[in-house]
Amino acid sequence: MEVFELLLLLSLVVCAVSVAVIRDLLASIIVFMSYSLIMCIIWILLQSPDLAITEAAVGAGVTSVLFFVTLKKIHAIRKEDRDE
Amino acid sequence: MSKRKSPQELGRYLKFKRWLAGDLDLLEDVTEDAVPVAAPEIADRLPARDSALESRCRASEEVYGPEVWPQSHAPGYAQAWRDRVALQKGAGDAQAVLQAQEKSLGFFRAVYKIMAVLLCGAIILVFLWTTAFLPPFGNPDNPANNEVPARYIRHGVEETGATNFVTGMILDYRAFDTFGESCVLFIASCCVQVLLRVDACDGKSAARTRIQQENDRLFEPKNDGILQQTARLLVPLIMIFGVYIILNGHLSPGGGFSGGAVLGSGLILYLNTFGFAKTERFFNERVYRRMTLCALTFYCLAKSYSFFTGANHLESGIPLGTPGAILSSGLILPLNICVGLVVMGTMYSFYTLFRKGGM
Repeated sequence: MEVFELLLLLSLVVCAVSVAVIRDLLASIIVFMSYSLIMCIIWILLQSPDLAITEAAVGAGVTSVLFFVTLKKIHAIRKEDRDE
Repeated sequence: MSKRKSPQELGRYLKFKRWLAGDLDLLEDVTEDAVPVAAPEIADRLPARDSALESRCRASEEVYGPEVWPQSHAPGYAQAWRDRVALQKGAGDAQAVLQAQEKSLGFFRAVYKIMAVLLCGAIILVFLWTTAFLPPFGNPDNPANNEVPARYIRHGVEETGATNFVTGMILDYRAFDTFGESCVLFIASCCVQVLLRVDACDGKSAARTRIQQENDRLFEPKNDGILQQTARLLVPLIMIFGVYIILNGHLSPGGGFSGGAVLGSGLILYLNTFGFAKTERFFNERVYRRMTLCALTFYCLAKSYSFFTGANHLESGIPLGTPGAILSSGLILPLNICVGLVVMGTMYSFYTLFRKGGM
């Protein structure tokens, strides 16, 4: 369990840094989503399932969807498609 | 001048006409609202000034505005011509100024990067240093374990009737604090509405064109089979889970906020799959407004009495019931439902505001 927690915390740090470093906006939002999911598991391990539910619904769900909509509005996602 | 169109609008209109004529696939075409952008090379490749063309462009400028005429008459010509005039005016000075600016900006960019890394490292160090002084996690002698949590844990169930301490604390002992928090959330959502809402009442035609511009439904696939089948399976489950979280807020982990967020995400998924027309049938602005008003008023009436009495806990007169039963713990269940409805509406309205500036 100790190792699992350490692994989760480490990936949390990796996610947090890579959100700032990644240049692709779409990818950085998806990494942000995975940050929220990892955080959700950590909340469960810290025995606060209330927060875990909220984190999963708000952090991984609604916030990222709002980010996606914003990216679509400012035509940032479409540009990514054009490059491929 | 009433016929003047914005360049984006005209570009879209021209594109639509080309699509009708059949020589443009709207789904394939990604260059939206192509207002010609002048590359500096165009100025060099231009022919000598064409006076006939220019006068024609001027004439259309009278009708459509300066940004439009190159598109309809000579693509790229006008901007390039303007650029060349500007370049000839400034000639060498402009070049020198630009280079100097670039140089000083380059210096600032380097300093900016170094300072950002230094500042980030300093903040991380301060945080880690502070964390080293925190009491260890889960230690019974921690200063947070004083008589208040002891009281909550010992007498919480008999005083609030909720087997979930957290909900009992939030919606009973400290319901007035929660009321303040929900006020903060309400003000935040009001700010989002003020910023993003397209008001349909002022200036009919202007508002309509803005709504059409904000509306990005034009380019999305209408009937995505995979998405619809998945959503048919998932949306009922998500909704039932959300309702379960809200109704069992006083018995098991969860409560109004998390359940409302789950319900809101379910609604957003439904909206994305089946489109605005279907959701507006059962959840439009009027329903949202009434629902939010009723829920907030009920919460306010039920809990603001502490403001007048100054006490943090008063008998509400409602029997608490047996702890563990779904109809127990007095006001907590209706308050949870209220909070859930408000949060669901807020999530959904945020999404629609982002999408098209209104519900």
